[in-house]
Amino acid sequence: MPDARVIPFDPDRHHGATPDEPTSEGIVDFLRRRLTGTYVVDDFGFDEDLTDHVLIPLLRPLFDKWFRVDVRGLEHVPSTTGALVVANHSGTIALDALMTQVALRDRHPAHRHLRMLGADLVFQTPFVSELARKAGHTLACMPDARRLLERGELVGVWPEGFKGIGKPYSERYKLQRFGRGGFVSAALRAGAPIIPTAIIGAEETYPMLGNIAPLARLLGLPYFPVTPTFPWLGPLGLVPLPSRWIIEFGEPVHTEDLADQADDPMAVLELTDAVRERIQQSLYRLLVQRDSTY
Amino acid sequence: MGRVVLVTGAARHLGGLMVRSLVRDPSIDRVVGVDVVPPRRPLLGAQFIRAYIRNPVIGRVLADEDVDTVVHMGVIATPRQAGGRTAMKDINVIGTMQLLAACQKSASVSRLIVKSTASVYGAGPKDPALFTEDMSPKHPPTSGWAKDSLEVEGYVRGFARRRPDVGVTTLRLANVIGPRVETAMTAYFTLPLIPTVLGFDARLQFVHEDDSISALHRAVTSEVTGVFNVAGDGVLALSQAVLRTGRPAMAVPSALLGVVGRAVAPTRLVDFSTEQVRFLTYGRAIDTGRVRRELAFTAKRTTSAAFDEFIGGHDLGSGAALSVLDGAASAVQSILRRGALHA
Repeated sequence: MPDARVIPFDPDRHHGATPDEPTSEGIVDFLRRRLTGTYVVDDFGFDEDLTDHVLIPLLRPLFDKWFRVDVRGLEHVPSTTGALVVANHSGTIALDALMTQVALRDRHPAHRHLRMLGADLVFQTPFVSELARKAGHTLACMPDARRLLERGELVGVWPEGFKGIGKPYSERYKLQRFGRGGFVSAALRAGAPIIPTAIIGAEETYPMLGNIAPLARLLGLPYFPVTPTFPWLGPLGLVPLPSRWIIEFGEPVHTEDLADQADDPMAVLELTDAVRERIQQSLYRLLVQRDSTY
Repeated sequence: MGRVVLVTGAARHLGGLMVRSLVRDPSIDRVVGVDVVPPRRPLLGAQFIRAYIRNPVIGRVLADEDVDTVVHMGVIATPRQAGGRTAMKDINVIGTMQLLAACQKSASVSRLIVKSTASVYGAGPKDPALFTEDMSPKHPPTSGWAKDSLEVEGYVRGFARRRPDVGVTTLRLANVIGPRVETAMTAYFTLPLIPTVLGFDARLQFVHEDDSISALHRAVTSEVTGVFNVAGDGVLALSQAVLRTGRPAMAVPSALLGVVGRAVAPTRLVDFSTEQVRFLTYGRAIDTGRVRRELAFTAKRTTSAAFDEFIGGHDLGSGAALSVLDGAASAVQSILRRGALHA
């Protein structure tokens, strides 16, 4: 076994405007690392090498060409410090979360990675669990949220969870319950700003017309969606409809002076409600501005 | 005043290393090794006493030798090392109870160091990315070594309550690895075909065998007491570790790993118990902040470096895959060059 090679750190990769075209040397180097296991995985299982060279390039055409995502308010996302991105969740499968990850990596001036907090179902499910960890996601629990924020990472949370992505099309853009506000106390403890984020367009990717609950129970899924194309068209039904998207990062809610309120349930619930209300208002405003759905 | 240290589990590899490390320490007068089997290599400079589990000889040893520090490393990880699960449980649990009973009666013992394992945290999908010492397991271990260690820690806590004058330190070690140590994990990574879990990629942490001894030695000489996680920095994904061995992997569904594993490796030390399958599915990592701060101990080798030393000591490596890639790359390049010349 040759000694573990030091992977040359390429500063351009982190600060360049757009990702470079892959070169043949770059590809051989990448394959070399992947064949010999000499890449680095962080404590959470985040595989930056794979995320930057495989996962994000796979999502990029969807982001640029299919959904034509309009990203707004990036100036509200810090470049080097920790922050908590809180957004609405919709669209049957969590494409909105992945598109937010691409938005921050490709469009933010500091090319930030978004570290998402996922439900435990994510980490029980084969393949999904493996991919989620490699893409930088971890379990939505207080120790992990705090640890990431204290390390200065950008953390993403979708507090509606399955209630958000599994809601019927008729309830589109109506925020579901925001849980117990665990994300708010994590932000308060770490003194990290909360960035309320509104995502428009994901609701129309897989409009969920119905839910076959018995089949969902049988498969151990939170719901079994019926959309205009799924399951009627088989695998073709998995192709999302090409809706036009807007992702807007709102003005941050600062929490530096509120650390003592992290254990006060009343204060936490109030702040949770305030964040939810901000996102709901942004959604209504952006929906009025949007000229066409597709 | 000189010190007398008693080490249990002294006949096995890590116990032997520990005895040798203590013998070299000038601040320690005498070292007594104890085990249920004779040591494979003589413990130079130390005294060895063979003690059977059911025999309360330990109590007499503690008094006769005027032992002030006990290092308990006698917990066995796999049934094969003990000659069956029943014998293993006897050595681990009854052996610990005997030892603690003797310590409780002893007038001389003032310090107890226990080598435990990070596997007491269990492994599962609801685990935090890193366990700190005060977190309780989300999926408590239900069998084997991990469960024995959990019980051992329980008895040790009971002992600490009954003898508050004795300083008790428990070290929860990540998987110990290195060029010489033999464990269920080293046996796993030297299989000719390594069965892995389909759809999961466990996070693993290792601590080099020499670093684990340094940590235990530090616990012996330090005044500090408490429970401490010990691991090399960073993590390795299971897939990444397998790639570094250069051995082929075979991904099978989690539920079949036990069956397939036992079929692939019927006679080896390797462990495919329910608990180990959970570990190979979900993995586990521990936070080492406390041992750094309070015991001023940092493992010299990272998880990755410790694993590479294991690879180096076992004639493993990904050289073959690399030469295939380099061959293919140079072939493609020469074709491209020829194409460019013709153009």
